[in-house]
Amino acid sequence: MTVPTMAELAAKGEAPDVLFWVGCAGSFDDRAKRVTVAFAKILNATQTKFAVLGTEEGCTGDPARRAGNEFLFQMQAMNNIQVLNGYGIKKIVTACPHCFNTIKNEYPDLGGTYEVIHHAVFLQQLIQEGKIKLKGGGSFKGEKITYHDSCYLGRANNIYEAPREVLQALDADLVEMKRCRTTGLCCGAGGAQMFKEPEKGKKDINVERAEEALGTGAKTIAVACPFCMTMMTDGVKNKEKEAEVKVKDLAELIAESLQ
Amino acid sequence: MAIVQQILFIGILLAAVFFIRKRALRIRNNIFLGKKKPINDHKNERLKNMLLVAFGQKKMFKRPLPAILHFFVYFGFLVINLEVLEFIIDGIFGTHRIFAPYLGGLYTVAMNVFEFLAAAVLISCVVFLLRRNLVKIPRFWSAEMTAWPRLDANLILTTEIVLMCAIFTMNASDQVLQARSEHYVPTGVLFFSSHLMPLLEHVSIGTLVFIERFCWWFHIIGILGFAAYVTYSKHLHIFMAFLNTYYAKLEAKGHINNMPVVTNEVKSMLGLAPAPATSTEPGRFGAKDVVDLSWNNLLAAYSCTECGRCTSECPANLTGKKLSPRKIMMDTRDRMEEIGRSLDKKGSGANDGKFLLGDYITKEEINACTSCNACVEACPVMINPLEIILELRRYVAMEESGSPAAWNAMFQNIETSFSPWKFSPSDRFNWAQKS
Repeated sequence: MTVPTMAELAAKGEAPDVLFWVGCAGSFDDRAKRVTVAFAKILNATQTKFAVLGTEEGCTGDPARRAGNEFLFQMQAMNNIQVLNGYGIKKIVTACPHCFNTIKNEYPDLGGTYEVIHHAVFLQQLIQEGKIKLKGGGSFKGEKITYHDSCYLGRANNIYEAPREVLQALDADLVEMKRCRTTGLCCGAGGAQMFKEPEKGKKDINVERAEEALGTGAKTIAVACPFCMTMMTDGVKNKEKEAEVKVKDLAELIAESLQ
Repeated sequence: MAIVQQILFIGILLAAVFFIRKRALRIRNNIFLGKKKPINDHKNERLKNMLLVAFGQKKMFKRPLPAILHFFVYFGFLVINLEVLEFIIDGIFGTHRIFAPYLGGLYTVAMNVFEFLAAAVLISCVVFLLRRNLVKIPRFWSAEMTAWPRLDANLILTTEIVLMCAIFTMNASDQVLQARSEHYVPTGVLFFSSHLMPLLEHVSIGTLVFIERFCWWFHIIGILGFAAYVTYSKHLHIFMAFLNTYYAKLEAKGHINNMPVVTNEVKSMLGLAPAPATSTEPGRFGAKDVVDLSWNNLLAAYSCTECGRCTSECPANLTGKKLSPRKIMMDTRDRMEEIGRSLDKKGSGANDGKFLLGDYITKEEINACTSCNACVEACPVMINPLEIILELRRYVAMEESGSPAAWNAMFQNIETSFSPWKFSPSDRFNWAQKS
């Protein structure tokens, strides 16, 4: 697996077709790093000409903005936009719906306009173009998978079908939770909740959601967001089901089934 | 005698118009307590939202049963108001069913349509009352649904039922009278009310005239009184929903409004632009009170009819946290009304030492929001409680530095290591080496 950086490509006078924006979770969180690697493998396997920013990447500012610290958000955003514009980036793909939303919807207000794609859509396109070749009769054939909608992909950006089409490519038996698509229940991590304890209540949101996901009888809970990954994994552990039920990102499911 | 009634009617009509106009101006001024924000872009898209969501009730139909019942009440309200036009003309000129001779058979058709809708309204309102008070649908009984909001809802439904009963009784007595007096213009058979006629057949003509007139006055005074009441009630959505759907946010729901004041400062800090002129007073960052919110947020608060679909979908509320998006809207409206009442009495208005944040909405509530947009998605009239929550958070973070300690730590991590977690920025690319 090769992961070229923008700096390396720029030094050679080359430009990638797409920049892979890794995000903080994808860079530092051990579980999310496995998703990053899986996605990088897919990019390699499909011979996508990509690059990452490496150490030049910084937090998009999403949690700062949603926690109310607009100064900090804009500092981060401006720094990132300077780097992205400096490299002349046109197209960005990311496995994080929060980074996706911020760069796609909020950076244009600050002078950063790019074509931004979430990896769910990117994978869907690769499948449609026939670039992703999956093992025949793959390990997920007929297996029950449920998909947990990420709020920042779903309601925030109206992306509901792409992740489901990716799962269908696995020949899996996609079972829906009662609360799905527009009424999908949040995992509890958005709006900077990832970075603090929840307020006092009857229950943690991720436990409520994990119960619903487990209720489908699926052995795999598919997610498309590193925060959902953490919350759903913790929720499944809370119900002591981690031995039977796995929480996996779309990229991991596809990477495992590559020919 | 007729002239006395005409003068009385005109007097009541003028009083109602005067009063409603005064309230409408108060509400308008309350909305414009908010910050100016020009919203005059994408007119076609906005019109489309208004037609689909307000006129067409598109978002209501996510929950089919209440949607159908509500559609009857809504459509009935729109159409039956045409009949009120006749009431008003009759009232002013002392005529009786002025349109009947001109429209002939068409009048019979129109009246039957009105009666069908009146029956639909009546049945729907009865079902709504049962849902609220007997079935006790949870969203009508959650914490912010205190005595007044519950009474408000019941008053609206009961008034509508009583008004519809008055129409039926009036039409029934009128039809009985048509056979006995020439003053009563033939209307043809009015299907629903004709079923009440047997009850009135043996009543004396004098009593019938009294019943007919009483119902007429009751209905028109009821309608005018209801219109005045609506300006104090959650029921104002019948008007405000149209405005709110027009002025609703068009960007992707994930988009948070930019703060240009901050952009100017950040640009100058990064050496990208000259320092902003110090003469411009930035005001408060974020919102502490309704005056810091944009006018369209305040318009939204007046559009809320407290249906609670937002709260019933809110992950924080569902898991027992104090946050309720409906309460955010109700508090915003209550605070505006409080300031408005004070201004009407030439009082201190917004400078009364009270604030939306603190006196109405607590930090515990706003901190519990996951910004998941479930409330925004759920609202049938495109209200956005999330915008208000974020403005309040902005105030807490930037003016008070009063965010939860864990968030302040997260801010510090982003500032020093460009990640919300405390990792060295130089380790950011390590993930690629291990594989």
